[in-house]
Amino acid sequence: MTAIKRDKPYSSTRNACKLCTPLGACVAFKGVKGCLPLIHGSQGCATYIRRYMISHYREPVDIASSSFSEDAAIFGGNQLFNTGITNIREQYNPEVIAITSTCLSETIGEDIPRLIHEYRSIHAGEELPAFVNASTPSYSGTHLDGFHEAVLALVKTFGVEGPKEEILNLFPGFVSPEDLRYLKDVLEDFGIGYILLPDYSDSLDNPNWTEYTRIPEGGTSITEIARTARAKASIEFGSVFNRGNLPAKAETRKHTLTAGEYLEKKHFVKNYSMPFPMGIKATDRFFETLEEISGKPTPLRHKRERGRLVDAYVDAHKIVFGKRAIVYGEEDLIIGLVGFLDEIGMDNIMVVSGARSGLLEKKLEDATGKSPSGISVLDDGDFETLRETAEGMKPDIFIGSSKGYYITRKLDIPLIRVGFPIHDRFGAQRVMHLGYKGTQQLFDRIVNALMEYKQEKSNVGYKYM
Amino acid sequence: MDAHLSERKAQIITKGTGESAIECSKQSLAGSVSQRACVFCGSRVVLYPITDALHIVHGPIGCAAYTWDIRGALSSGRDIYRNSYSTDLREKHVIFGGEKQLYQALSGLIDELKPKAAFVYSTCIVGLIGDDVNAICNKVSREKEIPVLPVQSEGFQGSKKDGYKIACEALLKLVGTKNNKAVSPISLNILGDFNLAGELWMLKDYYEKMGIQINATITGDGRVDDICNAHQAALNVVQCSGSMMHLAKEMKEKYGIPFMKVSYFGIEDMSDALYEVATFFKDDSLMTRAKKLVSEELGKLLPALSFYREKLQGKKAAIYVGGAFKAISLVKALRLIGVQTVVAGSQTGNQDDYKLLTELCDEGTILVDDSNPNELSAFVKETGADIFIGGVKERPIAHKMGLGFCDHNHERKEALAGYEGMLNFAREVYSSATSPVWQFTKLSS
Repeated sequence: MTAIKRDKPYSSTRNACKLCTPLGACVAFKGVKGCLPLIHGSQGCATYIRRYMISHYREPVDIASSSFSEDAAIFGGNQLFNTGITNIREQYNPEVIAITSTCLSETIGEDIPRLIHEYRSIHAGEELPAFVNASTPSYSGTHLDGFHEAVLALVKTFGVEGPKEEILNLFPGFVSPEDLRYLKDVLEDFGIGYILLPDYSDSLDNPNWTEYTRIPEGGTSITEIARTARAKASIEFGSVFNRGNLPAKAETRKHTLTAGEYLEKKHFVKNYSMPFPMGIKATDRFFETLEEISGKPTPLRHKRERGRLVDAYVDAHKIVFGKRAIVYGEEDLIIGLVGFLDEIGMDNIMVVSGARSGLLEKKLEDATGKSPSGISVLDDGDFETLRETAEGMKPDIFIGSSKGYYITRKLDIPLIRVGFPIHDRFGAQRVMHLGYKGTQQLFDRIVNALMEYKQEKSNVGYKYM
Repeated sequence: MDAHLSERKAQIITKGTGESAIECSKQSLAGSVSQRACVFCGSRVVLYPITDALHIVHGPIGCAAYTWDIRGALSSGRDIYRNSYSTDLREKHVIFGGEKQLYQALSGLIDELKPKAAFVYSTCIVGLIGDDVNAICNKVSREKEIPVLPVQSEGFQGSKKDGYKIACEALLKLVGTKNNKAVSPISLNILGDFNLAGELWMLKDYYEKMGIQINATITGDGRVDDICNAHQAALNVVQCSGSMMHLAKEMKEKYGIPFMKVSYFGIEDMSDALYEVATFFKDDSLMTRAKKLVSEELGKLLPALSFYREKLQGKKAAIYVGGAFKAISLVKALRLIGVQTVVAGSQTGNQDDYKLLTELCDEGTILVDDSNPNELSAFVKETGADIFIGGVKERPIAHKMGLGFCDHNHERKEALAGYEGMLNFAREVYSSATSPVWQFTKLSS
């Protein structure tokens, strides 16, 4: 494994391979029942983030803004904050208002917990929604840091100690609504009581409505989040989590606990941390953990799903063997994908992430159980550096978000769209990544893309391959 | 829960209820889910289609990431503008300043890309951390010998509309800086068309058929050199007046170039634009050619439209777009295909345009400024609209409410301007409003 050396020192980011922190926090907060996110900053932050999420999920995504003005930027945004909260209550009557900060509000030193406290004292005696806030300055880390900061904020704010309950916390990370539905099926098949956080499987993938629903149904309720502190165990998917900007966080001494780590430390909830269950080995680890926690064997349905996946691996092994893949996006997704591609005999030639935890190489080694030779690792990377490097590498396939399309178009190779954002294909909410089932879908897509490529590039025009 | 916040009452009126003029041009209310964006968005979106310039966003990554290749604006030349460049400011820059970072980024990118000019967009925190962006721009401009223009678009300074003005200010620094183009006395600049899906090329073709030279296109398929020579045109023809009127007014003041406000959406407005331009040049041959062009185009278009008119007769539409002037054209265009407008609104319309819009609309039409999902969903329900004309943020509202949808925003990939565009528009409205899928959404309600 080699880290890519840049010709020039970093001076600009050309076509970013990351998004800003508040976006991730908003996605996570959308997975809380009755919750309306408020971005404490300029109007544009909320609008851009809404547009970006709407284009992926194809759902209404209401996120309020405190609509900072020039005066607020100079004298502080407390007035706008108060008006904002009151207007949200009036329009949405939410159970929870989840506030994310921005580069603007952080730079001028807005103290959101104090603003919440003040609002509560001004409106003492009224029935108020619950409040939670995540510190998400966009100059620090990526959307993944925002996502995990929000999850951490939720368990910190709402977790309530009490007698232990026979339930499992599952912190799935930033995955698709379909992945979330799958995970719930798995836990239900096991007969395990669980709290999935966040759960935007309904709120970001609604059925059609007969009435416009201001706050979509679904999500983890704060009563459920309260119970996370009393659970028997937690499982969290990921390796890097909110350490996407670790060096700078260490400098500013920001803690970097994950939700699972926090609950373990504070409430003695045993934490099982594992990479995304992608591929057979990683999914086996997930199912073995579920067996351990529940004391029950894996239900037959999932055993058979695994069996079919092995069968598929065998049937298509020659199609994928030795194919050179470039994987890009969030570090935890990359680690999951590399483990999977490694076990089907594909060559991972380069991974690129816009995050800069400095952990990517190490965590890749941990996840694959070896030091995969021949992988170039680019963290703090961008798409232009990816493009320049990829051109000489003769890749066969790219795996990542829509944003790499301009490169694969030029290289004339397939792109398998996974993760976020998928802005140029339909059904992003239903793309699966996790478990035997998600791996099966990914595997089929990769195999078919390679078959299609071969078919289209051949002069013969086979209709039987 | 109310459909709208009490402070917003004056921004919503119903035609024919003894209404007073709509209130507009106000800052969005804190806590509302406005469909508007910020100052940066306004500036960025206007300058975006200048194809051979470097556009670099000075700030943390978000603002650049969310505006990467988002417009459907096409180029006949270079495509630098379709990339997203950012100084990607980090903690240390927030503490120690980002000037050095900006200097290095600019110098490196100019060497690499050889753009004709560079636009440097300031985002929220730039002013707060005290970066002297002007000084850096001047320095790099001297060193690299290209214009390097600061666009002071800190998001919190106002609304998207203020961003338009700031973009015009940046353009004004280019206009008049060159005189190296042969410009005919019968020439014009196209202002406020962004060449979405190649619309500008259609318009250019119409004007050229009339015998008019197109000098600069600002900013659709824009070229820095053309903008520098823009002061040589005889006339500025302004569409999207919300964004470009400031530039037109300033050019009139400074260079004495008259301007006229037009719209290219719908048959009436498109034809009026051509006739008004022909009238301006006081040349009968231009008018003759304009009439010939219009009659040829209508000869092809009207028979094709009659099919849609028949199918769409009696349907009702809700319109929510960026500016009110566009809404006016849309009301007329919809009328032409048998569709009645029942809701009409915009993010940033001005008083004059709203006045015209109100006059044009039928009694009972709801007019709204700076709306939000709650209001829009309530209005479509109240009025029983069948189709929504809006942008990407309105689409899911329409679809969730069981309405058809036509994208008329800057991200679209379909040409909707001109005669050809009118046919596309009719086809799009038809294919959405009459789709059989609505039987299922209606059934469940």
